[in-house]
Amino acid sequence: MQSLEITNLNVNIDGQPILKDFSLNIPKGEIHALMGPNGTGKSTLAKVIAGHEDYEVTSGEILLNGESILGKEPDEISLAGLFLAFQYPLEIPGVSIANFIRAAKQARLPENESINAVEYYKELYDKMDALKIDRKFTARSLNEGFSGGEKKRCEVLQMSMLEPDYCIMDETDSGLDIDALKIVADGVNLMRSPERGFLIITHYQRLLDYIIPDVVHVMYDGKIVHSGDAELAKELESKGYDWVKDSFVSSLAQ
Amino acid sequence: MNTTVNTHTTANALEPQWLLDRRNSGNETYSNLPVPSAKDENWRFASVLSEDIDAFKSAPMPEDHAIDYALSNSKLVEDPIAELIFVDDHLVQSKPLPKELIDKGVRFLSLNEAIEDHSHLLEPYFLKDSTRLGSQKYFGLHASNVKAGAVLYVPKGVEINEPIAVYHWSNTDKGLICPHTLIIAEAQSKVSLIDVLASTTEENRCLNISASNIQGHPSANIYRKVIQNFNSKTLSFQLDSAIADRDTQLENIAINLGAAKARYENQIKINGSGAHVTMYSLSVAEETQEFDQRTFQTHNAPNSVSDLLYKNALFDTSRTIFSGLIQVEEGAQQTDAYQTNRNLLLDQRADANALPGLEILANDVKCSHGATTGNIDEDELFYMLSRGIPHRVAMQLIVLGFFEEIIEKLGSDSLAENIRKLLEEKFASKIKS
Repeated sequence: MQSLEITNLNVNIDGQPILKDFSLNIPKGEIHALMGPNGTGKSTLAKVIAGHEDYEVTSGEILLNGESILGKEPDEISLAGLFLAFQYPLEIPGVSIANFIRAAKQARLPENESINAVEYYKELYDKMDALKIDRKFTARSLNEGFSGGEKKRCEVLQMSMLEPDYCIMDETDSGLDIDALKIVADGVNLMRSPERGFLIITHYQRLLDYIIPDVVHVMYDGKIVHSGDAELAKELESKGYDWVKDSFVSSLAQ
Repeated sequence: MNTTVNTHTTANALEPQWLLDRRNSGNETYSNLPVPSAKDENWRFASVLSEDIDAFKSAPMPEDHAIDYALSNSKLVEDPIAELIFVDDHLVQSKPLPKELIDKGVRFLSLNEAIEDHSHLLEPYFLKDSTRLGSQKYFGLHASNVKAGAVLYVPKGVEINEPIAVYHWSNTDKGLICPHTLIIAEAQSKVSLIDVLASTTEENRCLNISASNIQGHPSANIYRKVIQNFNSKTLSFQLDSAIADRDTQLENIAINLGAAKARYENQIKINGSGAHVTMYSLSVAEETQEFDQRTFQTHNAPNSVSDLLYKNALFDTSRTIFSGLIQVEEGAQQTDAYQTNRNLLLDQRADANALPGLEILANDVKCSHGATTGNIDEDELFYMLSRGIPHRVAMQLIVLGFFEEIIEKLGSDSLAENIRKLLEEKFASKIKS
């Protein structure tokens, strides 16, 4: 059961259904891309999986390696092996990157154990170098005054430091120029492993030129309407989302 | 009504006439002025002081164990170049300045020593004036009783880079302490002084009426920090005033953690152009604590900057009051004056009051004032939780982070780290999962 498995998930916001019988299974070792127009429920899905309490889950199940994570606290879900790279990473004034990641790493150790500072900084610096993040950033307040690209690289840095089983990346590519996009993609590709699954949520195909997905899903109006291989992303890019609507949605409705 | 004066007759006999006069006038002010009430604008939102102030008396020399406790806990400032430690207003230890600074004319004296041997140094400044922010009555009590404190004189052009520390411990129940700090920084001098106010026990209910006065001469660079960490029974008044002259650089930082009720008045007057004055404060209020903060930034000269930032975190049913006034006199053109109060409410029962104010008589100035009061941002919290950081730790990091912009201005890594530890200790018991 080494997978992130979502089954018939129904989620409301203010009584309004957003996710409708949504199902998706991501086995370890695979990268799945989830594409779709704005407002179709992609970010809602990401936040519900991560345990955000503002959403009303009316039915369904989310299993992480066979264990239900639905209804658990966000920190428990994180410790169970999930990582969500935010579409809009929050600025945390006065909390440095180094202290923030350190607190997250500390949470993964038994209570009477503390982090080896030397090893921690070595790992942090190595991974910052790989992501081309200036080492001076360790002392800066998390995301405060960062450019869009710096924020997204910092998300990937956190992801690589915390080594989750499953990574959800919510529009990590939005707002990135091509250089930043390549750096982020390199970071993800380095983490690619038979022991790790990815869900890459994106509006555009561009990122998928650099991170080649195993499966591409097209989401529309709260559910997946079509799935295919990496070619599907390209087809979607050239034909547009109207093609999805015309080809898959209307047929579903009938 | 002289019954409340606790001055020692032996000390009195040695005191110069000017000082005796100021003490008498202080005593009269104390006796004649009424107990302030919330109807007074300077006391708006403050809870009524129901305590019998006269019941607090100067305490005799403390016993050895109290002195030992004070000495072994006077550690907040690491490696001070000189140090004075008082318990109940009695000097119990001093580390004098190094000889080379004394040879340059620097003086760092206990108040008694200064009164006895350097009366001429004191006379122009000592007890002459205080804040005009509502506590004149209590300044009067301070003036008539003060016998402990530090006098720091830095001659022209002398720079001292290492910090000087003064500790004032309260030890006796119903004890009165009146610590005084006088800093005279001559032109182009540089100095940093840290006052620490604390209690030797958790139980002794003491009244602190401390006053400080900073005289910043042209181009002097003065850094003054005060850390108030009394036990939760203490009543405290801190009455700080400062004068900045031409091109004076003055940094004030006040850390407020202790006391049942603590009133902090800070008044700065800029009398010369090109001065740059900062006033920062960090307060953590819990249980039924009340922090009452009154500030006054006066610009009497053009082209100067004053920048105030007061940050408060409030737990439980605690209260804070921030009332600040910027006054820019006619002719003080090109003034930059800022005043910001930020309150972080960690319990919906807590109560933060803000009364920012401006009074501008010049027409070419940049002034701003603002106050915000808010809760922990739920999105920030979710972000931190989503990294596996437990709720309790996330809250601690956010609150500590809220204060970091003040802490990093402490200018000393070791002091900053010691203050962070004090805050973490306070939060550890406060913030639970």
